[in-house]
Amino acid sequence: MTLAVAILLTVITAATPLLIAALGELVVERAGVLNLGVEGMMIMGAASGVAVAILTGSSLLGVLAAIASGMAMALLFAGLTLGLAANQYASGLALTIFGLGLSGVIGAPFVGVQREGIGRIEIPALSEIPVIGPILFAQDPFVYAGFLLAAAVSWFLWRTKAGLVLRACGENPVSAHALGYPVLRIRLMAVLFGGACAGAAGAYLSLVLTPFWTAGMTAGRGWIALAIVVFASWLPLRVLFGAYLFGGLIILQLHAQTAGSAIPSQLLAALPYLITIGALTAIMAARPGEGGGVAPAGLGQPFTTDR
Amino acid sequence: MTGLVLERRAEAGASALLLAPLLAVALTVASSVLIFWLLGQDPWRALNVYFIMPLSDGWSVQEVAVKAAPLVMISVGLALCFRSNNWNIGAEGQFLIGAICGGGVAVWTHGSGGVWILPLMLLAGALGGMAYALIPALLKVRLRVNEILVSLLLVYVAELLLDYLVRGPWRDPMGFNMPQTVTFAPEATLPLLFQDGRMNVGALVALLVVAAAAVTMGATRKGFEIRLVGQAPRAARFAGFSEARLTLAVFAVSGALAGLAGVMEAAGTVRQLLPGFAPGYGFTAIIVAFLGRLNPVGCLIAGAFIAVTFIGGENAQILLRLPRDMTLVFQGLLLFYILACDTLILYRVRRAPREATP
Repeated sequence: MTLAVAILLTVITAATPLLIAALGELVVERAGVLNLGVEGMMIMGAASGVAVAILTGSSLLGVLAAIASGMAMALLFAGLTLGLAANQYASGLALTIFGLGLSGVIGAPFVGVQREGIGRIEIPALSEIPVIGPILFAQDPFVYAGFLLAAAVSWFLWRTKAGLVLRACGENPVSAHALGYPVLRIRLMAVLFGGACAGAAGAYLSLVLTPFWTAGMTAGRGWIALAIVVFASWLPLRVLFGAYLFGGLIILQLHAQTAGSAIPSQLLAALPYLITIGALTAIMAARPGEGGGVAPAGLGQPFTTDR
Repeated sequence: MTGLVLERRAEAGASALLLAPLLAVALTVASSVLIFWLLGQDPWRALNVYFIMPLSDGWSVQEVAVKAAPLVMISVGLALCFRSNNWNIGAEGQFLIGAICGGGVAVWTHGSGGVWILPLMLLAGALGGMAYALIPALLKVRLRVNEILVSLLLVYVAELLLDYLVRGPWRDPMGFNMPQTVTFAPEATLPLLFQDGRMNVGALVALLVVAAAAVTMGATRKGFEIRLVGQAPRAARFAGFSEARLTLAVFAVSGALAGLAGVMEAAGTVRQLLPGFAPGYGFTAIIVAFLGRLNPVGCLIAGAFIAVTFIGGENAQILLRLPRDMTLVFQGLLLFYILACDTLILYRVRRAPREATP
């Protein structure tokens, strides 16, 4: 295996959690809700995933627990923002703070406990092909799930009536409500889906990428996932591109650090964040006129039926 | 969800507005009793450790003041921002940059002596924080880039910058290779207020800031502008208020306050720079701002309360072996309850028939 292939494989592992979390958040935002709590849901997924996996010895149960905890956190957020029409920004921040704290408490007994990570699934014969074999056909299940999810979300939102209705709830919830669609219920489903994805992404971090728990192990990936959704203009296939771009940046700077670059390691570590800011700036600069006109028009505003 | 409808109440009286934060605090305390019990702790002892002990002796009260001062300063700035719909989530980064700028002055002038060093440090810290906050502000105003993401990502950058400086160019050559700067000289340190504690001038500065902000918000045209832009942006535009200029102004003020808090923390409490010296004040201040209902005097009270829980959390870590992250859990819960209680004060929840049409 050449060095290039090895590096490419690590790019895939860095991009996958970003991809899954960003796709979930994309669905949420397309429905008109801005959930800033992705970081909190993700790290809760990581903590509960590794906790259950260590306690039960089953990685699958760990993944399910992670998804469940992500959804539970999302339910909390939904209760506040959909049920009580609370400010979505503040609620999302509360979720992040709460999630960071609770994950630390849950994960505390498991610090330093090693376990075997989820292995790769090797498709026979196809994975023997040199170069593209190991990259495309010998990956862990999450990687395949990520690609499938991107295709599924794209298909759902633009090729099904349910997806159209969901997007309508994001663009103009008042009209959707007037047409008789249960806006709040649709938003609830979307928020729960986003929570499930964030939880799964967290599980990837603690069960596959580095199969143990460290406090704060998401290191801002939830925020980068949010940035990816904006950067991708709320389009799933661009999210795929964005996840690989930023995932690639994260991993390449790690490689540069280990290769003993002359550039200070902190500057390299700061590059993903700086380039994310740069990418956001560039994408907004490339949208003249209304600027941000691609966002769902009703994004971030609470919807109540007291009209 | 389909069975419940939110109906705006006709009037939310002043007493109701005060009720929301108090109710939120009561609910948080009740939840914490439950959590303590679930963790196998004696709830009453835990409550005592968290809320009563920090106020039980003079030294401890001063510790509360030491923690409260930066929280109050930052949260007052954040309140100005949030009121006008500017989401400055990067106060932690501005805090760090302020500490770096002020600490840099201290490191460069180490050993020189001179009464001008401390004011220069404070000025440098405030200006540094202001400049750092203007980055997301300018991007928002010019290009409509989401200020939440930019200000937040800059926090990580600031942390890494501090790490680099403290391990590299600014490392104390006599510090046994530890990643820290020299301990600041006495002329680069905030003077203490009392002999028997750590309370320093920072507390007075925080009170001044609260007074200034309260006057601004309550009695000046600028304060009216801030409130109007947040609640009715179109009306504000008709009134001739420039949203863009206001955004830049509130970010600048908020950044300056956070930066000032940062340099004061470095020059007063810690008296050097080292990685991770910032205990997350920039994020906690967000909760303080909401608990204080985005009102400067409210921020003062809320900041004091949260500072008590911080000290309580440290005590609990030692005495009850509760993990430090529990404090974050409580703060998150508190913010949840504040938001929920706010809604319940402003809206009435009614059961509606399933086929409700507006």
